[in-house]
Amino acid sequence: MTIPRVRLSHLDNLWFQVSGTLCNIACKHCFNNSGPNVRTFGFLTVEQVRREIEAAARMGVKEMFFTGGEPFLHPQLVEMLKLSLEHAPTTVLTNGMLINDRTADRLAEFERAARYSLEIRISLDGYTEAMNDAIRGMGVFRQALAATARLSQRGLLPLVTIVRTWSEAEELETLAGFTRTLTAAGYARPRIKVLPALPLGRELERSPELAEDAAFLTDEMLNGFDRDLLMCSNSRIVTDRGVWVCPLLVEKPDARLGDSLENAVPEYMLSHHACVSCYHYGTICSNPSADGRIEGKAENATATALSG
Amino acid sequence: MTRIALFGGLYSNYFALDAAIEDARRRGAEAIYCLGDLGAFGPYPDRIYPPLLSHGVRCIQGNYDNSLAGGLDDCQCGYTDPRDNYFARLSYNYTFKNTSDENKAWLQSLPPTMRLNCEGRRLLLCHGSPRKINEFLWESTTPDQFLEYLFDESEADIICATHTGIKWYRKLGNDRHFINVGVLGRPENDGTTRVWYTMLSLSLREVLVEFVPLLYNCEALARDMQVEQLPEEFIETILTGWWTTCLEILPHKERARGRF
Repeated sequence: MTIPRVRLSHLDNLWFQVSGTLCNIACKHCFNNSGPNVRTFGFLTVEQVRREIEAAARMGVKEMFFTGGEPFLHPQLVEMLKLSLEHAPTTVLTNGMLINDRTADRLAEFERAARYSLEIRISLDGYTEAMNDAIRGMGVFRQALAATARLSQRGLLPLVTIVRTWSEAEELETLAGFTRTLTAAGYARPRIKVLPALPLGRELERSPELAEDAAFLTDEMLNGFDRDLLMCSNSRIVTDRGVWVCPLLVEKPDARLGDSLENAVPEYMLSHHACVSCYHYGTICSNPSADGRIEGKAENATATALSG
Repeated sequence: MTRIALFGGLYSNYFALDAAIEDARRRGAEAIYCLGDLGAFGPYPDRIYPPLLSHGVRCIQGNYDNSLAGGLDDCQCGYTDPRDNYFARLSYNYTFKNTSDENKAWLQSLPPTMRLNCEGRRLLLCHGSPRKINEFLWESTTPDQFLEYLFDESEADIICATHTGIKWYRKLGNDRHFINVGVLGRPENDGTTRVWYTMLSLSLREVLVEFVPLLYNCEALARDMQVEQLPEEFIETILTGWWTTCLEILPHKERARGRF
């Protein structure tokens, strides 16, 4: 049994951990343990973001993603999104709570003028206040819903991401519940993306049974598997502490590949439990419009959100 | 000057295919190419093959064709939304059941890409992207530098693809041209019943890309879909021009232009 190595075959997706691990809430399933006063990673500067966007453009990048923490805690986020959108389609992953009227106006204004799509992903974990706030904290539900309505009134259709916390039998009823809730809140044409759980971060403390499923990837497992589906073959993430192989591994010292995109080593040894999650749930990080990826093979997932 | 017609996904729309072949010939197409996804969505999938064969339409394989030929479980569109999956499965199972073994074998024989040399230009025909049969190349999510990368990797001057269902064209520096040729199978989510194909005129000096709108007997297609008990949602799309299912794959800009 050998641990596989994967090379960057092409930089399709560049991520920015733009607000580090600082978040205004502390979700029970957060995969990178973000929260108020969590400063494992710090803010990126506009200059750092600009430099890496330009480097990524030289590498032929396809899409940009901004995550955290909560990206809208960064006072220059909107400026960075605008800059990014000049080069590539751009996605921001947020809890939506800080998107006020003024921010929504600015987003709508430059989105209209842009050649490429801006995707605003807003996380929600229940279609009732009680369900959602039990996981994401008091008051989060109302503010997230208000953000979806605020954006939709301005012609922006946020992608509401929901972590699967229900059984297959409850699937249609649950999704209908989300659609009802969002419509009632003023988001007339809700777009929804369901995410699987990842046995990482706080989710592992919350659902320790997930750890039993965790294992390591082997070369044998990758025989006949399309390695292009693994994030390490197509993505990198920029943090204030350098460039890391993927958003799931920013807490692992060996996953730091260099100071900048251009000097980051191109190969990585897949030695973490999270690599198994990526193997099973390759769809989680990309947008549905990216390509026809095969949905995760593992079943009976519970919950973890990627951001916000 | 060489003129060729490029058809995107047919989705079993034999009425539109017949109309498009006639239209393309009338416009002086010297050859007709189809970029795959012959079946799906529409009724009586076997009816698409006789006109393709009798008119010598040269086809490559789409993801749907690849699935049908290989007996795969689904169409490889990668839907994650349960509603989209429900309709995609229904459509795939219907098409699989109603495609003859002979036609599946023919699909199996189709190449995944095709290269042409024409008027000193290198053309690459593919279904999704040059690197992947089911990669979506939308206008709003395909930045210039990524296209440049695809051109570099595929050593082509003109790349033609389909798969998304909505046409677009971009000219880059160095006389490189990317064309998403659109689809004949269903309208492109613009509130009209038109479908589209592409006429490409090539000379040493210029590349002329013309998107051709096509009106065809969509009422007759809708009637056949009803007879075959295909979902009302599919019929609504044919008759109104708005997409009602499989919407999750649309990026923000393309989604915002539609009704649903």
